[in-house]
Amino acid sequence: MTARGLNGTLGKRKRTEVFFKVLMIGSTALVIGSLLVIVGAILWKSFPALNLSMITRTPKGGFYLGKEGGILNAIAGSLYLGTGATALALVLSLPLALYLNLYQSRDSKTAVWTRFSLDVLWGVPSIVYGAFGFLIMMFLGLRTSLLAGILTVALLEFPIMSRAIDEVMRLVPKELRDASDSLGATRFETAAKVVVRQCLPGILTAVLMAFGRGIGDAASVLFTAGFTDRVPTSLLDPAATLPLAIFFQLGSPLPEVRARAYASAAVLTLIILLISAAGRLITRRYSKHVVK
Amino acid sequence: MKRLLKDAWARRSMSVLSFFPGFLVLLIVLGLFLKSRAILGVQPLSRLLLGTAWHPLRGEFGLLPFIAGTAWVTVTALVLAVPVSILTAIYLSEFAPRFIREAARPLIDVLAGLPSVVFGVWGILLVVPFVGDVLAPLFGRSSSGYSVLAGGIVLAIMIFPTIIHISLEVFASIPLSLREASLSLGATRWETARHVVLRKGSQGILAASVLGFSRAFGETMAVLMVAGNVPIAPKSLFDPGYPLPALIANNYGEMMSIPRYDSALMLAALVLLGVVLGFNVLASRFLVRVERRSR
Repeated sequence: MTARGLNGTLGKRKRTEVFFKVLMIGSTALVIGSLLVIVGAILWKSFPALNLSMITRTPKGGFYLGKEGGILNAIAGSLYLGTGATALALVLSLPLALYLNLYQSRDSKTAVWTRFSLDVLWGVPSIVYGAFGFLIMMFLGLRTSLLAGILTVALLEFPIMSRAIDEVMRLVPKELRDASDSLGATRFETAAKVVVRQCLPGILTAVLMAFGRGIGDAASVLFTAGFTDRVPTSLLDPAATLPLAIFFQLGSPLPEVRARAYASAAVLTLIILLISAAGRLITRRYSKHVVK
Repeated sequence: MKRLLKDAWARRSMSVLSFFPGFLVLLIVLGLFLKSRAILGVQPLSRLLLGTAWHPLRGEFGLLPFIAGTAWVTVTALVLAVPVSILTAIYLSEFAPRFIREAARPLIDVLAGLPSVVFGVWGILLVVPFVGDVLAPLFGRSSSGYSVLAGGIVLAIMIFPTIIHISLEVFASIPLSLREASLSLGATRWETARHVVLRKGSQGILAASVLGFSRAFGETMAVLMVAGNVPIAPKSLFDPGYPLPALIANNYGEMMSIPRYDSALMLAALVLLGVVLGFNVLASRFLVRVERRSR
């Protein structure tokens, strides 16, 4: 410890300290600044494109060539898709997290392997989910449709949601479960009535997070959900989504079409910001039933 | 009795569910492998991975330009992101006053939550012109801006949160007493950060960087929108690149009409998955070691 770094006069060491402190503050400012610049640039560029008729009408004359109409198809498609996929992912994630935390001990083989698999799934790139979803779609004999998109995005959201709920459930105090058990509750009753209630804010945040991830992901719906000018009316219809509305329409030479891409970007960014604000609000305020 | 039955039923159905994640991993790998067998049977793997010619119509599916494109973009992103992220993490964990720390966390979370298309749009709006009109002339090069560097910059910002988060967790697991020992010997705070925190957390930082790497490696839309997509291995930062994920995303529409095209793309997805999973497992082994030591 004596040799490196600590030699030199006090003045020199002080200057090193200041130098690195400036560097660190600069880095932090760069990180935060890039967020502000990104959100700022997107909103600044896209807000002028946003108006009432934009979000209440579907595109006329084809989404790539038509000069009229709005992005209702993409907004509706994204909301349907996100809601369906999130519901499906929750049906899988919540019982899985309960099982891992209540029915399995921390270090049991099943728990360790399941968590490891979840980690692996968590890291799978969304384009791979897209390719895999495409394979499932072919296997089931579906065409690009809302249903295929929902299945694929649900797979993408599943590890995100499971990990997040699992993290919250780990923090449930053992005493709370013991109290419930000692009153004669079965494990399932403890799970459904005590643990879920205790974790409700955390579960809601996890659901919102997964919804945000699902609604913003483009690569996984590129081959599975398709794209259309209309609002889907059945699960087997193709569905337009906001990320793809941006991706497909941004490259257009027509300014009217590009405006639709920017409006989609504004709506998507606003949804994401809203979700993250709601998540923070929930963790702060709706902790009424949580035993500390 | 009825309650016990309900409990037993719940237990059984949940235990089935606990095999789902592992099953899904196997299914993804197997599915992609089975689909890419059609091309693996015709051409040796070495020619597919190391071939430089991409002419689907002539049946030539060399993936090397795309692997090289991914590598260029990812390494550029990592070189830009790792120092900035680690300095930020040190600042937030060792130096920053409380209010900055508490304000920065949610902002970094928002950055992590922004969809990749939004990064892509921003890249087209600002980064591409910046690279094309400012940076390239500065280095005496001409570039459209749609380049490896633009992809790298956008990706770097996307992986800031990943690296910062994990580094912060690692730093938080280092006992306070170690820092106090260093400070009491007369070390300055930076010297403490460098010789105690960074040294103790080196494996965790490595893991954070590896996870950042695999996140960048698999990222699709943002890179697709700014990297230029020319199927030739890039030779400089200002050349366009064509990363693997972009290849898959761009060609899905037409692949059904050309024989073995879909199979080649599935192989590309398999290669992508293999690399990302390999790096993730590596990173999680580093992190497990960190966790064990901190106990």
